[in-house]
Amino acid sequence: MFSWLEKNPFFFAVGVFLVIAFAGLVEILPNFAQASRPVVGTKPYTVLELAGRHVYIKDSCNACHSQLIRPFKAETDRYGSYSLSGEYAYDRPFLWGSKRTGPDLMRVGNYRTTDWHANHMWEPAKTVAGSIMPAYKHMYTNVADIDTAWAEAETVRKVFNVPYNTEIPLQDGTTAVVELKDLAAEKTKALEEAAVIAKDMKRKDIEAIVSEGKIPEIVALIAYLNSLK
Amino acid sequence: MENRLEYDYSVAKLFMWSTLLFGIVGMLIGVTIAFQMAFPSWNNWLGEYLTFSRLRPLHTSGVIFGFTFSGIFATWYYVGQRVLKVSLKESPFMMGLAKFHFWTYAVLMTVAVVTLWMGVSTSKEYAELEWPIDLLIVVMWVSWGLSIFGLIGMRREQSLYISVWYYIASFLGIAMLFVFNNMEVPTYFVSGAGAWYHSVSMYAGTNDALVQWWYGHNAVAFGFTVPIVAMIYYFLPKESGQAVYSYKLSLLSFWGLMFVYLWAGGHHLIYSTVPDWMQTMGSVFSVVLILPSWGSAINMLLTMKGEWQQVAANPLIKFMVLASTFYMFSTLEGPIQAIKSVNALAHFTDWIPGHVHDGTLGWVGFMIIAAMFHMVPRMYGKELYSKKLMESQFWIQTIGVVLYFSSMWIAGITQGMMWRATDEFGSLTYSFIDTVTNLFPYYLIRAIGGTLYLTGFLMAVWNIYKTVTSSKAVAESSMQNTTPMGA
Repeated sequence: MFSWLEKNPFFFAVGVFLVIAFAGLVEILPNFAQASRPVVGTKPYTVLELAGRHVYIKDSCNACHSQLIRPFKAETDRYGSYSLSGEYAYDRPFLWGSKRTGPDLMRVGNYRTTDWHANHMWEPAKTVAGSIMPAYKHMYTNVADIDTAWAEAETVRKVFNVPYNTEIPLQDGTTAVVELKDLAAEKTKALEEAAVIAKDMKRKDIEAIVSEGKIPEIVALIAYLNSLK
Repeated sequence: MENRLEYDYSVAKLFMWSTLLFGIVGMLIGVTIAFQMAFPSWNNWLGEYLTFSRLRPLHTSGVIFGFTFSGIFATWYYVGQRVLKVSLKESPFMMGLAKFHFWTYAVLMTVAVVTLWMGVSTSKEYAELEWPIDLLIVVMWVSWGLSIFGLIGMRREQSLYISVWYYIASFLGIAMLFVFNNMEVPTYFVSGAGAWYHSVSMYAGTNDALVQWWYGHNAVAFGFTVPIVAMIYYFLPKESGQAVYSYKLSLLSFWGLMFVYLWAGGHHLIYSTVPDWMQTMGSVFSVVLILPSWGSAINMLLTMKGEWQQVAANPLIKFMVLASTFYMFSTLEGPIQAIKSVNALAHFTDWIPGHVHDGTLGWVGFMIIAAMFHMVPRMYGKELYSKKLMESQFWIQTIGVVLYFSSMWIAGITQGMMWRATDEFGSLTYSFIDTVTNLFPYYLIRAIGGTLYLTGFLMAVWNIYKTVTSSKAVAESSMQNTTPMGA
């Protein structure tokens, strides 16, 4: 059979394709619907948080930081309770990372504050002695792209039915709604949220930029990091 | 055959030069980010454009899609004609297609480098490029596929040689993986706002991770393994003048590799939130994968049976034999890391880049370098410029690889042990930063190892450059097996 295949390239290629496609079908397909269900309390990202997530991706924070807490005592002691599949239901793309040059950030919002991030990202080694993380000073002047963040939120709402403007059940039995209005309204809202963060950052330069109607990348990034719980 | 075919190497030559160019750039960035981990102040010499995090995707894309894929295409346009007994000269269409393939590739790689450097990224490892570039990649890839099957259609040699099996598999595998992993929705076209090139993944969370590592792991299969095996099946027998040791073993390892490799992606997700049975499958199949991998490697090593003196005499054989050895080594190390309890320690640590690099530097890099050394004299009708230079390059690079993986083993296991260490009361012994500062010496050794490897690569580039520009002319027809080389 094999010597025949080697003389018939078409059937050879078909054979190879069938053999390599098999594993994907068996491993990936069966679980697809189930794995995308959110756990109670998982909310979609706000526009400002999504803009921060884009900054996180733009500067490849995921090259050094994971967002996946494995079910070991040493990990839960260090980072908080282990990750559940449904917590990632609105993560497009997933940001688990593959290397922990720096610590995991899955629940960083639980134990770091806005002004801690503001100091740390400016000069990491001054906040954590011995840190090898680069300084991200450009994030304090680059302006975050709120339009694209809104475009993404609107896209996932339309295409994937991500539940914006919908009552979402929380763990304490109450509900919450993450609103998604039109672009202009969302920009105003993002600016209001940014002003609060800028104040907490305790940096006059950032407050000044926000008062001009622009949102520096660092503000959006902190909004995102604070949402990681 | 009575009349020797005149092969056309113009496209193989173009791809060879891009192999060398991307090799230099990709490895230089690699060395830079290695030093940044030891000396973090290097990160901030050029604002946002020289941080580790911006450079890392440039390094991986540069060496994978730049260096390795150029090498794959260069060898295809060389090997393909020879084993199928056809010449690109016979068909203006195939010639045009091959040129189109190269120039699409050149354009898309340029755009890729610029956008990644600017931070335009989807974040998925080795699939960071945004949708417009993805489309260009599809065009480039399809033109390569047409070239493969076009040349096969014109062939005079009825049976496909083993190398061709592997090139076909590489084409099909990457095509399938790439399309499914890059399914994304352009946000501008749905919402009418924001950046036109931005997109959002079709899959969310755990599903996205599953598809990504099915891709990520098997991009290693069909980029770093399958086409490199294609190369060694051609170049080692050709250079040594030895017949492939066993046809049956090559059959077993080819079909075995095709079937088993795809299952193993799950080992990137052990102890994550993907279902347990998938993690177990990934783990088990990773161990089974030793069989077909070692099958190919042993087949290559036994091809040298009775001719081991060539390893001492011919630097090209040295490179290829060491490549096979590193392939065996790396495909044993990988399955060990895929065992659940080992993975619990190794995952997220520096042992992983250590493993990647003994495969890529030792196996992929050495094999591509040997292939270039074999092809250049035949494509340009010159003898290789300097054998001595190749000998010293071999040892410099080998020491580089050894420094790289041994330092990363120690670093990775140290890191893993420190993360989990607890004191007598069950509290964590170390804060995270302790585990970082502890690794400085290993990061430094790794950077030195990388520098040695880059130095050796620059020696190879110089050697090839001198071969083309100022070496002694030798007729291609007189080059049978051992490549002619000057002192």
